[in-house]
This record gives sequence, structure tokens and C-alpha cells, in this order.
Amino acid sequence: MTTSKAQTVVEELYRDMERRIVSSPPGLCPIDLTASFLKMCHAQTCGKCVPCRIGLAQLGNLLDDVLKGRATPETLQLIKRTAHVIKTSADCAIGVEAANMVLKGIDGYYDDYMEHINHKRCLCHINQPVPCVALCPAGVDIPGYVALVAEGRYADAVKLIRKDNPFPTACALICEHPCEARCRRNMVDAPVNIRGLKRIAVEKAGVVPAPKCEPSTGKRNANTAGGPTGGSAASDLQLMGHHATVFEQRPKLGGMLLYGIPNYRLPRVMLQRDIDTILSTGVEVRLNSKIGDGEGQISMNTLRDEYDAVYISIGAHTDKKIGLEGEDAEGVLSAVEMLGSIGDGIIPDFRGKRVCVIGGGNVAMDVTRSAIRCGASKVSVVYRRRIKDMTALPDEIQGAAEEGANIMELYAPSRIETDGHNRVTALWASPKMIGKIERGRPSPTSTGLEDERIPCEVIIVAIGQGIETRHFETMGIPIQRGVIKAADWAAVENAPGVFAGGDCVTGPATVIRAIAAGKVAAANIDSYLGYHHIISTDVEVPQPSLADRHPCGRVNMKERPAADRKCDFDLIECPMSDKEAHQEASRCLRCDHYGYGIFKGGRTTEW
Amino acid sequence: MVSLKINNRSIEVPEGTTILDATRLAGCPVPTLCYLKGINEIAACRVCIVEIKGIDHLVTSCNNAVTEGMEVYTNTAKVREARKTNVELIMSQHHTNCPSCVRSGTCQLQKIANSLNFVQDTYKIEPTYRDWDKSFPLIKDASKCIKCMRCIQVCDKIQGLNIWDVTGTGSYTGVDVSLNRVIRNADCSLCGQCITHCPTAALQERDDTAKLTDMDGALNDPDKITVVQVAPAVRAAWGETFGLSPEFATEGRLAAALRRLGFNYVFDTNFSADLTIMEEGTEFLARLNDGEEHRYPMFTSCCPGWVRFLKSQYPDMVGDLSSAKSPQQMFGAVAKTYFAQKIGCEPQDITCVSIMPCLAKKEECDLPTMYDSGVKDVDYVLTTRELCRMIKADQIDVSQLEEEGFDSPLGTGSGAGVIFGATGGVMEAALRTCYAIVMGENPPADAFKAVRGTMGWKEANFELGGRTIRTAVVSGLANTRRMIRALRAGEVSYDFVEVMACPGGCAGGGGQPIHDGCELAGERGAVLYHYDECNPLRFSHENPEVQALYADFLGEPNGEKAHHLLHTDHTAWDIPLTPHPDTNAVL
Repeated sequence: MTTSKAQTVVEELYRDMERRIVSSPPGLCPIDLTASFLKMCHAQTCGKCVPCRIGLAQLGNLLDDVLKGRATPETLQLIKRTAHVIKTSADCAIGVEAANMVLKGIDGYYDDYMEHINHKRCLCHINQPVPCVALCPAGVDIPGYVALVAEGRYADAVKLIRKDNPFPTACALICEHPCEARCRRNMVDAPVNIRGLKRIAVEKAGVVPAPKCEPSTGKRNANTAGGPTGGSAASDLQLMGHHATVFEQRPKLGGMLLYGIPNYRLPRVMLQRDIDTILSTGVEVRLNSKIGDGEGQISMNTLRDEYDAVYISIGAHTDKKIGLEGEDAEGVLSAVEMLGSIGDGIIPDFRGKRVCVIGGGNVAMDVTRSAIRCGASKVSVVYRRRIKDMTALPDEIQGAAEEGANIMELYAPSRIETDGHNRVTALWASPKMIGKIERGRPSPTSTGLEDERIPCEVIIVAIGQGIETRHFETMGIPIQRGVIKAADWAAVENAPGVFAGGDCVTGPATVIRAIAAGKVAAANIDSYLGYHHIISTDVEVPQPSLADRHPCGRVNMKERPAADRKCDFDLIECPMSDKEAHQEASRCLRCDHYGYGIFKGGRTTEW
Repeated sequence: MVSLKINNRSIEVPEGTTILDATRLAGCPVPTLCYLKGINEIAACRVCIVEIKGIDHLVTSCNNAVTEGMEVYTNTAKVREARKTNVELIMSQHHTNCPSCVRSGTCQLQKIANSLNFVQDTYKIEPTYRDWDKSFPLIKDASKCIKCMRCIQVCDKIQGLNIWDVTGTGSYTGVDVSLNRVIRNADCSLCGQCITHCPTAALQERDDTAKLTDMDGALNDPDKITVVQVAPAVRAAWGETFGLSPEFATEGRLAAALRRLGFNYVFDTNFSADLTIMEEGTEFLARLNDGEEHRYPMFTSCCPGWVRFLKSQYPDMVGDLSSAKSPQQMFGAVAKTYFAQKIGCEPQDITCVSIMPCLAKKEECDLPTMYDSGVKDVDYVLTTRELCRMIKADQIDVSQLEEEGFDSPLGTGSGAGVIFGATGGVMEAALRTCYAIVMGENPPADAFKAVRGTMGWKEANFELGGRTIRTAVVSGLANTRRMIRALRAGEVSYDFVEVMACPGGCAGGGGQPIHDGCELAGERGAVLYHYDECNPLRFSHENPEVQALYADFLGEPNGEKAHHLLHTDHTAWDIPLTPHPDTNAVL
């Protein structure tokens, strides 16, 4: 079939629209969007059948009545009835799914419908004017530092990032970059490679000293661990003039950044730069100091007595059990154990061993790729759904596969086989097929086929982490569903002066969320201590360019060849060149200046 | 300096200059619509666009700075087409009824549309209409709103109250009361700054002129004695509407115009401003010497916008307000008792009208606590703008008016009274009289001029009988909030604080004539200080009519009768509380 020019252009527009939907700002009126989608659905109708041809048009009119303040509760009844009839009587998916969309909406945003009907108003406001900043949990001034990178002012970029995030290096390497998800540049071509630009900034900035601390307030604050959230809070508090002491149960600082993330993603030496800068603010550190009631441990109540404020920042470091027969066998490890020991410098020797990894998240990929580097002869990832259902970042999965991991999708582990000495000999797994979609995720179901035996000597369970809450619970700190219960402004109920945040409150989450929690805690501890310190920077951000924005490809970071990198724990990812960084940074549309950002919520220069 | 070319002419401007300012300096100004310097530089209307050599996309001049070597063109075919089309698009959502619109002549959209040589409407006209509580002194007409966002910005940045917000999204985007509230349920101070910064008539005051001029209006009711008072700041601004200088448009000609409109008695709020000083000044001195520890200073209470602000934002501080009524309400209470007695009529026979630079005063006169004469003390409040509309409607040729005096016995005001219309004026007037009470002799009249000037937050200490009186003067509610936060945090501490809700005080009031993009509070304030300087009476306590009022009717300042008529209980009425009370939590 020859494609007409019109069809070619329409195909292009489809792709444009796809990208546009991806970068759609949150907070839009769902009814307005439904009406718009419906219009497109109606354009897709072939016109043969009544419900779709006429029904969708009438639904559109009714939605218009709602939006224009002409609707009554009866209108909503009619919308429901019409959509229901289209759904049940249309001949094909074009009508059925279009009507279903409207029905989903009535259920999903009934309040919005009623606000429109009763008060002729909408419940929505655009609340994410600068998408990258709004989506960054720590609210880092992204357009600001991207503009600085474009001018090659790397040290200023790092200073600007540090205002909101004292871990620029760590985030430059391993942040999951939620900032890129709705980057408006997507409407033109592709999102700006924000993390890559941060990477070159930290790489080329040289040593950027921490800002000067405010005069001492004489107030003392204790942080119960030296991970990203504890470190971030300690740094900010120290800058505000409060003395911060970090109690770290491990022999080294860094928390999950060190004990959870392998060196090939975040080299120790680079992490140490962030830690050194934080320590240069005067943070006091007590290593090997666990908060608890055991011997040699410091109890929560002691901290509360001795310090003006306490920030619980213990993270999520316990492993979750899978509950399989044979789980206690020799050779079965948890991801937390394995990555933790690597963090302390003890590299397991898997030479000649076959390894099975259970799980499909980022941690599963970390242990898989670490196991390869520990010399395993074969590493299999056993996952009960499909690869595309894995929660790990696609790049991580692909990276693992390139390094030789054998990714076995649709296999649910069923038991662990051991020899007479309780040593692992194999993992048995049931073949699964993908089934019905429930709550947005397809569930694996039985194929009826026999379980398969995957011979191995080591099994690593990477199905999630938990939080060690017992001591805190006995000290009267509220625990809810396995996590410490704290307000969204970090305060712990009925425990004046106690704040909590990071993984121990949210459950295992991203580094940037933990850092953001530390920032929130610092601000509220400051306020609790009776101060209103302002954190800001004197870095001046370049004016946005007036030049036209022509479509331009996104620069991605290269990685070392798989055959090469899988032999060591050295950093995989190669930074951009100056030239690449300049081009990539110049792709930024400066939403702080163009569009809604200049009106509300543009650049935030202090907090 | 930056060198650039505008329409092929070379020009040098300081670094950081906007393209807009550069075009103005170069003598080829670009029109603007949504732009308000320092307040609204959001490039929303796309009217100020220019073409820059080498750049395909048109650039807004209001919010982009010049760069070295830039070549700017303000009138290319591309610019003309885009500018005109954008204005046509704005017009397509604007309810255009210029002949019957209160902003005809001061409307920025009208001015631009006229200048762009439109001959017909290009697009289908479809304004948005929305319901509004027409009984509220502040009226929003959505059909005239061009979504320039100025009101939101003024309220957020200058007044710090966030009453307005963007509502809806997409093509349904509008501007309405924030948090989906209706205006009656919002903590609006009624300062009216959103009105004076609105480019169109989307925001306006409730028009109360018909209550006077209709067939059954007060001015046409033979059984009513109409009494009008004119606020100090009105005399500094009313002439602007008629293109008259303040030297010509004097208070004397204003009095003449009011008589032509048919008011039976033309009085002056300067009189009751002096009265306020007698009450508030003695109250302050009493408080200063009451031996109690006051955490907060005494606050002036003559600005009802400020009273609304304090009640809604910091209700726990209302007790620190002076209990004195505003001059407007003191006047009403005195007019319907003392004056009524003098002319031998009953309070209800009098219709008391105020001409105010203010919207909050419209609401103030309706308060349940403002019936101390037995009937409503002040019946109607008109803004300066409404007064000017009445003068126009009666076809009065103000340029032909001769100066006339105010009537007696409520028509004499001192120089201290007239400066009530400017920020710092109440404080200065009060200090003049407090000094005289404490020291037994008048200070030099300009002894307290340190509190003058349009700065938003001023501080001055004065020696008074061996004590240092710490004073502060703030105007503009965002400044006020800063000051209050500092007070609450213990960072500052004062004995006496004057607050006026509008930046620059009543001279910059929300009821004053509108000049797009111009802040005239300073200039109008200067007119008031000139009145003060020229007045042989510089002290409130020397106002003979005030002295007579106390001698013949009230007794002592702060005495029982004075208290009944001239003071009020600020807690006896409610206003919606702020949805964002100050908290210590940071999210």
C-alpha cells in the first residue's frame, strides 16, 4: 500500500501527540481533557454504527455543557447512560473504549464533575509551572543550573544545586531523574538530559567549598544515621548554625549510597566528595553508633535528653524474606547483605558459581551486575512477570543483559533445592503466562507446565527492604504499617523535637526523595528551634536565550563496552564532552522564563 | 552600557534594560497591555512583541533584556500582524460596551484597540459570564476580564493576601477568587488595589451613585437632609479625572462641585480626622502610662482595610487596635447626633454620604457596630471615581467652578487632619497632639516629619517627656505582614504603629482615579502635605470646631459620651479567617 503524503504527516502528528501527552503538565482539568480525548476518539470512528457515530458526538455536547456551566445533575445521569449504552452496544473497540474512558472519568473525578455542575468552577489549577523543578522532590533549581552548564560555569552550577541538594555528585550519577519525565522539551523532540548535565558539572567543577555556616545558635541536633536523608539534614542544619551530630551504625558514612549502590554506578571516591563537603560544614560524626537498647548502643531517649532535636533517618536496611522452602540454606543471600558487605569492601567470591537473582527491581539489577563482577559463571534473574513489567529502569535491565545476565521472565520461584549439607543446589521455578490486568498490572498465572530446575550455588533475594522499627516503637515513636509515622513536614506526633524522614518513613524510595526529606526536616527543625534561617546562594543565573529552538537530538551518555566493564567495579557511564554538554544544555526551554513559570513558581532562589 | 539598534537607530542603554524600556528611550515605544512594571512582567498578552534580527520567533519586550548588538524592529509586517491579531483575540473574549462602561477613557484595552486601527471584529465574540455577589463592594465582571493576571499579582505581591487566583485550565482558564471561594467567604481586605491595577472594568467598585441620584434617591428626597463628607485624599486626586492640576482642582472647587450636585451640607472629613487624633492620641498616652506590659504596640484603626486584614490574618492581635473609629464613622456619629441637634432634626432625617478613596469604607459603614446615633451613622460611601462620575453625569463644567468653603460646624480641618490621606500622616498628626498634651506646649509643626515618605515600612523614635516613643509606619499589606511577622518573632518592638492598607496610604487608595501603570500615591501625598503647610491650623487639638464639639456636646476626649459615639468594638463583627494562617511548618 502506498502511503499518501497526508497519511505520512498524520503519522508524524501521532508521534508529536504522543510526546505531547507525555509532557502534559499535571493538574489539568480532567473533564476538559476527557472532552478533548473524546473528540479525537470520535474522529477515529468509521461511522458505521449508531452508538459510536452519534453517541460520541452527543457525549461531547454533554461534556461541553458541563464545562460551560450549563449542566445539571441530570446532565451527568445522561452522560452516564449514554456512555454505558455506547460501551455495551458499540460494535468495536473504537466506540467501546471511548465510552469506557468517559465512564472511568465519572468514577475517577466525580468531585470535579460536581464542582462544575454545582458551582460552574473547576477544582484544578496548574500547579507544576516548571515541570522539572516541580517534579524534583528537592525542588532543585534545574533551569538555573542547566543554564550555568550551558555557559561552562560548572562550579556555579554545583553551588546552585547544593542550595537544595547537598549530594550533587551522588545524584549526578544515580538519580532516577523524575525531573526529566515531563520535560517540556519533549513537545519539540526529547527531554533534556538533566542528569547528564549535572554529571558534567560535578565532574568539571573541581573542589567547590561548602557555603559559610551562619553564626552558631548553640542548638544541638542528632541525626540517627548518615545516609542521604540524615546527611542532607545535617548539612543544612549546620549551615543554619545548629550543631549536627550524625550517629551511624556502620563503619562508614553514606547509607544506601554506599551500602546499597554498587561502585560501578556510584564510585566511592565520588560519593566521598559529597560527604567531605558536608563534613566540612562541621558536622560531627559518630561511626559504629547504633540507635537501640542493646549493649554499646545509644537509646532514642538518651538522644532526646541530650539534644535539642532528633532526626530519625535510619533508612530501610533490613531484608524481606521470600518465604520459600529452603530459604535458610547456605548460599542464599539477601541483596541487602550482599551489597552491604561490598560496601564495607568485602567482595564475595562467586568464581565458578552459578547465581540466581530473585526480583525485578533496581536492586535486583544491582545484585545481578555485582554478581557478574564477583566472577559468577552464570547469573540468572528469575522474575514472575514479563521483562516489561519489571520496576527496574529499562537501562539497568538492558545493561545487565549486555553484561551477560540471563533474564528469565515469567518464572515464579517455587522452592530451593539443597544437598545433604544444606547447601543450595538449584532454584525451582514455575513457568508462568501473563494474564489479566488487575489494578493496572497484568498478573502472572499458571501455565500448567511442570516446574523447571535452575541449577545454582548462590541465590540472592532482592524483593525489597524493611525498616528496623522495634527500638523506636518501644521508645514511643509511632509506627504504622512497618514504617515510622511522621507528618509530611517531618514532625513525629506526640514527640516534640523528634522528626523523621527518608526511607524509614516512606519505605524504600529514591535517593532524591530521601534528600528532599532531609531538607524539609532541616527547615522544620530550624523552625522548631525558634529560628527562620534562609538558605540561598549568590549565584546569578544567565538570562534565557532569545534564540529560536530548533529540533535537536538528545545527547545520551555512553557506557563502557559490556565486555570490558563487567570485569571490574569501575564506573560504567562516561560523561558528556564540553561540546555535548553545551548543546544539550542549550536545548532547555527555560520554563522558568517562558510560559507559566514566569508568572507563578518560576525559579525559587531561597528556602 | 549595551549598544543596540532599534528600528535601525543606534542607542546605548544600561545593561539589564528591558527591550521595552529601550524602545521607549529610543522614541519608538511598544504598546503594552498586561505589563505592570515590577508587578506583572509575565508576557501574557503578547502585545509588546518585537522582531529581532536573526530570530524567527517574535520576542516580548517587557520581560527580556537587551543584548549587545541586538537589532530590534518594532513595526515590521510580522510584528504589526501579530500585535493586531493578539489584540483582536483578546477583544473576542471581552464584553465590549465602551459607551456604558465605567472604565471608558481609562481602559488600557480600549486605548490599544483604538490605536491599532481596527475597523471590524475579526473573530466571533464570546465573553465568559459568571455570577457575582453584587452586594459586595468589590465587583468582578468576568465578561470583561482579559486574564492579564495583574489582580492576582497585585494581591499576592503588594498586598500579600492571595485573594485572586487562576481558575480552571485550558480554554476555561479564568481569574476568580482563590481556593474556589466566593468573595464573601474570602478574607479580602477590600483595599481595592486590584481595581486600580485592572486594565479594564473587569474589577470595579459597587456603584452606589444611583442610591443618591435615582428618582427616589436621597438627593431627590425632599424629606432628607443630605450631608456629605470628603476624605482628605479625595481632594488630591479628583481633578485628575477632568485633566485638572491639583493647583486648580482644590478642595474649594470640590466643595463647590458637591453643592452643585445638590448636597445640603458639604463637610470635611479633615474635621473628624482631627477628632480621631483627640481620641486616638489620648488613648495612646493612656496606654503608654497604664503600667502594663504590652507585647504589641497600639495600632491605628482609621483604615478599615487594615482592620479587616488584622481581623482575618492575626485575630489574636485585634485587642491592640485603637478602639477609635475611623474618621468616616466618627463623622457619621457626630453628624447624626451633635449636628442633628444643632439644626433641630432627628438622626433619621439626615442622609450621611462619604466621598472616600476607598472600598473598605463601603463595607465599614454597613457594620452592625456603626449605628451609634441610633440609625446607620453613614448611609452611603462613594469612591472618588463615583463622585467624578456623578459630576460628569450632571454635566458640571468643573473648569468654571469658583472656590467655595466647607460648611460649619463640621467643615474645619487642621493641617494635621489633611495628612491623614498619606502614609505617616496619622502618626504625625497624633504625635503633634500627644506632644502638646504631654509637654503643655506645641512642638514645631514639622517636628515629626521623619515619618513621611512612601517607603513601605518606616521606623522613627521620638523623645516625649523624657521617654523614647518607638513608632513605625507601614503601608501596603504585604509590608504590613512583614512588619507583623517581625513583631511576633520579637525581631522588632514598637509603642505605636500606623498601618494603611494601600501603598502610600489613602492617596493611593483603591477608590482613586485610575491611570494605567502609574502609582500616584507619592504625588497626591505631596499635595496633602502642601495643604498642611498652607493651613494656619497645624494641630488637631487647636481645631476650633473640634474644641466646640467637646465643650458643647462630648465632654472630655475618651470620656463616656465620646466613647459611646467615637469608639467601637472591633470584635463585635466577623470576617472570614485566612485559609493560610502563619504556621511554623515548612513543607
